[in-house]
Amino acid sequence: MSEPVLRVRGLVKRYGATTVLDGVDLDVREHEVVVLIGSSGSGKSTLLRCANLLEEIDDGQVLLDGVDVSDPRVDADVARRAMGIVFQAFNLFPHMSVLDNVTLAPRVVHGVARDVANEKARDLLARVGLADKAGAYPDRLSGGQQQRVAIARALAYEPRLLLFDEITSALDPELVGEVLALVRELAGQGRTIVMATHEMGFAKQVADRVCFLDGGRLLESGPPEQVLGDPVHERTRQFLSRVIDAGRL
Amino acid sequence: MTSELQRERLAYKRSRARRSTGVALLSTVVLAVALWFAVRGAPGWPRVKQSFFSLDTAWRTLPAVLEGLWLNVRVLVVAEVVILVLALGIAALRTLRGPVWFPLRALATGYVDLFRGLPLIIVLFLVGFGLPGLRLSGIPNDPVLLGGIALVLVYSAYVAEVFRAGIESIHPSQLAAARSLGLDHRKTMRLVVLPQAVRRVLPALLNDFVALQKDCGLISVLGAVDAVRAAQIQSAGAYNFTPYVVAGLLFVLLAVPSGRLADWVSRRAARRQGA
Repeated sequence: MSEPVLRVRGLVKRYGATTVLDGVDLDVREHEVVVLIGSSGSGKSTLLRCANLLEEIDDGQVLLDGVDVSDPRVDADVARRAMGIVFQAFNLFPHMSVLDNVTLAPRVVHGVARDVANEKARDLLARVGLADKAGAYPDRLSGGQQQRVAIARALAYEPRLLLFDEITSALDPELVGEVLALVRELAGQGRTIVMATHEMGFAKQVADRVCFLDGGRLLESGPPEQVLGDPVHERTRQFLSRVIDAGRL
Repeated sequence: MTSELQRERLAYKRSRARRSTGVALLSTVVLAVALWFAVRGAPGWPRVKQSFFSLDTAWRTLPAVLEGLWLNVRVLVVAEVVILVLALGIAALRTLRGPVWFPLRALATGYVDLFRGLPLIIVLFLVGFGLPGLRLSGIPNDPVLLGGIALVLVYSAYVAEVFRAGIESIHPSQLAAARSLGLDHRKTMRLVVLPQAVRRVLPALLNDFVALQKDCGLISVLGAVDAVRAAQIQSAGAYNFTPYVVAGLLFVLLAVPSGRLADWVSRRAARRQGA
């Protein structure tokens, strides 16, 4: 077996007196799609933000291709270049056109010439179905379109690992589909993805592995049909029955 | 086609609008007339009119005051550019993280505390009379330059705080997005935070610059012949205060376009982003 792309070991994260992550272990292998489920506050987002080194961790390790990037001696800016994260609230740069949003990292971090970066970005925008929006500003786009731009922005520098943090939670129901279709396509291309979501149906279809987080612990992990269909833990059962009651599975 | 109902509603709205205009007009006229009689009826009005609002004196002294104002405008433009650069630098210093930058951060904080607290007139005296008083070679003697330096020192402190407020108003999610793409702190500031921050604080910035326009008149205390000093010379010659009023009106005229410019720039930025 090759080295996992992402390896999380005994990760602990506290905000003041609250322990958000309480010793989480997670391995993500190349081409694997891992879906994180769990109620709000279970630590899904925090886990992704810690993996992207956006949060300082309180214990444990984050290893990227075998390198401990949570070591304070490691340059976090360099480590992040191997990862692309997409946020729940898109976080596009409102003062830049869609094209400039997508080309920013290639141009100023990776030193790609503007015309080369532009060409690649137009290509990416076409793939996410937004070829005609290159010159538009983010605030003019719908939520679904903005989120697809954010995904294109994360893909623009060919990261090894994609982190999706509840990327459909801020969207109107009829816009969720277009974003999920894009994620499904990326999964089909063999990208390595860790995704926090409340879309259980989607998790069932696309995930190689589903992980259930509860109170900052990774309670259960396995193939989707097992975790979602026949969970071992009582907590997982309770969570899933609540989700079913809400009509989301 | 509009329905009968909608036509009736529109007619009602129009009649209300006409009524509002009428009321506004009437109350304005009443107030103006009341003020007019209050001022005109004051026992000293004829003398005040003669010594502050003499059209004849105003016309005669206008060229000299205008020439002084040209000096104010030049000082203003140069000072504004220097202030923008300096203030942005100070604001950026104050946002630096890491122990290496402690002395610079402390210096920037101390600078802002000092010059925001000191009255401008005292800074003008210290710089205008104190600096040349040192009798060091290379220290300028020109009151215009020294006055300009004093203005820059004080206003950079104000404007730096405006910039810092703008920088801190940018939501942390924008920083997270920039850092997640691999941008370092400097690039994040330069490409993501500052462009948004500057746009956001533009009205406050222009407000400070209108204040600076008036305070440019204070360089006259160092002996520079600007609009205020020119007015003083003229009023001494004419035994009449009208030149001061002329200078005041000219400063007001100077301030009006700045306000409109600020509105226009903000509207344009908003339109472009479609917000």
